[in-house]
Amino acid sequence: MENGAKRVEEEEEEQVVNPWEVSSKNKIDYDKLIDQFGCQRLDQSFVDRVFRLTGRSPHIFLRRNVFFAHNRDLNEILDAYERGDKFYLYTGRGPSSEALHLGHLIPFMFTKYLQEAFKVPLVIQLTDDEKCMWKNLTVEESKRLARENAKDIIACGFDVSRTFIFSDFDYVGGAFYENMVRVAKCVTYNKAVGIFGFTGEDHIGKISFPPVQAVPSFPSSFPHLFSGNDKLRCLIPCAIDQDPYFRMTRDVAPRLGYKKPALIESSFFPALQGVSGKMNAGDPNSAIYVTDSPKEIKNKVNKYAFSGGQDSVENHRKYGANLEVDIPFKYLSFFLEYDEELEHIRKEYGSGRMLTGEVKKRLIDVLTVLVERHRAARAAVTDEMVDAFMAVRPLPNMFN
Amino acid sequence: MGISKAQLLQRLQAQQIHFSQYDHPVVMTVEAQAKHVGHIKAGLSKNLFLKDKKHRFYIVSALADTKVDLKVLSQRLGLGKGGLRMAPEEAVVEVLEVPLGSVTPFALVNESARSVSLLLDQGFKTHECCFFHPLSNDTSISLHIEDLYKFLKSVGRMVAYVDLEANPTVGKDQPPDLAALVPSDAPSIQNISEKTATLQIDGDVKSKPVAVTAKASKVSSGQQKEKSVNNANSSSSFADPEQFIEEILKKASAIVVAEIKEENIKQHGGQLGAVVSNSLRKNLSLELKNLATMFKNTAYTEGFGAGIRCPAKRL
Repeated sequence: MENGAKRVEEEEEEQVVNPWEVSSKNKIDYDKLIDQFGCQRLDQSFVDRVFRLTGRSPHIFLRRNVFFAHNRDLNEILDAYERGDKFYLYTGRGPSSEALHLGHLIPFMFTKYLQEAFKVPLVIQLTDDEKCMWKNLTVEESKRLARENAKDIIACGFDVSRTFIFSDFDYVGGAFYENMVRVAKCVTYNKAVGIFGFTGEDHIGKISFPPVQAVPSFPSSFPHLFSGNDKLRCLIPCAIDQDPYFRMTRDVAPRLGYKKPALIESSFFPALQGVSGKMNAGDPNSAIYVTDSPKEIKNKVNKYAFSGGQDSVENHRKYGANLEVDIPFKYLSFFLEYDEELEHIRKEYGSGRMLTGEVKKRLIDVLTVLVERHRAARAAVTDEMVDAFMAVRPLPNMFN
Repeated sequence: MGISKAQLLQRLQAQQIHFSQYDHPVVMTVEAQAKHVGHIKAGLSKNLFLKDKKHRFYIVSALADTKVDLKVLSQRLGLGKGGLRMAPEEAVVEVLEVPLGSVTPFALVNESARSVSLLLDQGFKTHECCFFHPLSNDTSISLHIEDLYKFLKSVGRMVAYVDLEANPTVGKDQPPDLAALVPSDAPSIQNISEKTATLQIDGDVKSKPVAVTAKASKVSSGQQKEKSVNNANSSSSFADPEQFIEEILKKASAIVVAEIKEENIKQHGGQLGAVVSNSLRKNLSLELKNLATMFKNTAYTEGFGAGIRCPAKRL
């Protein structure tokens, strides 16, 4: 019994997933994560239901299982939507660096689709205070990064008449802070340590931070948007490593008389060098950045993208590529819109008829178009546009 | 051909930008300029025209006593140590289209200088007015730095306030803080050579085109002319309905033209219309939606700006 328990413990330590670290000795085991976090896989019936409810083709990230997990409340949100009860979206970013890579854009691309498909409002939280505390940035620098990141976020194509972007340093106060205190009162120090792993050496800023990320799930935190609409439900698209914050939130919500937020979670966008982690802003060659030139994209993909192809052309023709670990194919599954083309590549590359070079070339084309489009959109975002998105203003047409 | 001093001053007046004008003999240095306008209560500027190893250009405009360290700036821009040099004299004339000794932020209004990045000393903000040459060093005009900033932003130029004396560490965990100010393209000198080639008016100019075209043919091989044009236009196509529609029609036409060719006509015959229509939808929906959203956001922002500046009329 003892040996068995110990072995399980060791296995569990093989992968670490929390809001501040994602790493694993091997591939990330998503089944284990789902178990650990107590969520469920999204299945085809869900994707079909979304198609029926929204009347448009489900987003590529749903079709390709990028957003793959949820908690029970997601079905309730869809049930309510069918009855005519709307919801709002909440997502965010911790602005720790100016350099945004494709992995950062994924939740935003998906959220934009959700906003368009369901025609619902969205709040985007920039946790500049969190990064100030965890990454030891100055307050001024975190605020500046928040605004710079806001420009990239806006460039993803959010509708200003339905979107409120806020930075914690700007917005915390009033009804938002009242909710923070209500939440904080419900979470003991020991519980926080259990969820987030705080130690005696961590400063008190860190320990008091979690409520900040919890309360945007409650409509009463935004009186200028949802006043009087206390029963409005919240859907949070995020990467699965953010789950701890929202488990805490869902635990606290009923005690405060609030509805629990629903989550829809994505897997990690793998680093160029392989599947055992997520992209890391510290290593420029682990990721494609939105500021990369076409030449840099070509170079990075050709030089650093981990190939699942065999080591020689003969072996490759014989055995085909290992699509489980092949990065170019994985990236294409995230970004190549055309399902038929991806299927074709899966068959040809997997059987060895197609070579890695060809797959890489296709990927370079796809990524270049994506990055260029983002750059053009980003160039059109002015400081005044950021002010407009971040202004505490009513959004009269947010459900139309 | 670059615009003239008179044209620039006219434009400033048309945009109701207030400035004071002082004519004086030609001055080639800040000291010489100070002899004529130094007594006036306005910040004198020194203007450096710089170039990096990839032939991208920068103007660093600073208060006369702000220390500018090119090595530090080079690192902060992400160009490594020593990636930034003073640009050669020909570049002042060719890229900025101003005479020697007249380097000025205003030069950015010229098409040839459209991809020059302007770094403005944030120290300018502490002065009510600052002096700049209006494209010619026989005049100095003083105006509020915000007006200059807004004027250049309104023509879509890359301008930013920078703390020029700051010396932050740049390393693996600290990315270069000014990296965003590096232009995405080198200016396309091809354009200039074409223009000067047609100016066979003066005896002086005749000899120039030969020299310039020879240079352009060496430099132009790697440059994408289209791209730099697009970058300048894209921001205005979101504010101007005419340009916006032009963008859409351009993209749609490209697809239609690509689809209607011999083999497709043979294959689909009368159904070609449906095929082209599907292709348009498939290839353009996403992109046009993004364009339209940016257009909407830009319009909303303009309204928002107007709204916050408008004094409240009723309670």
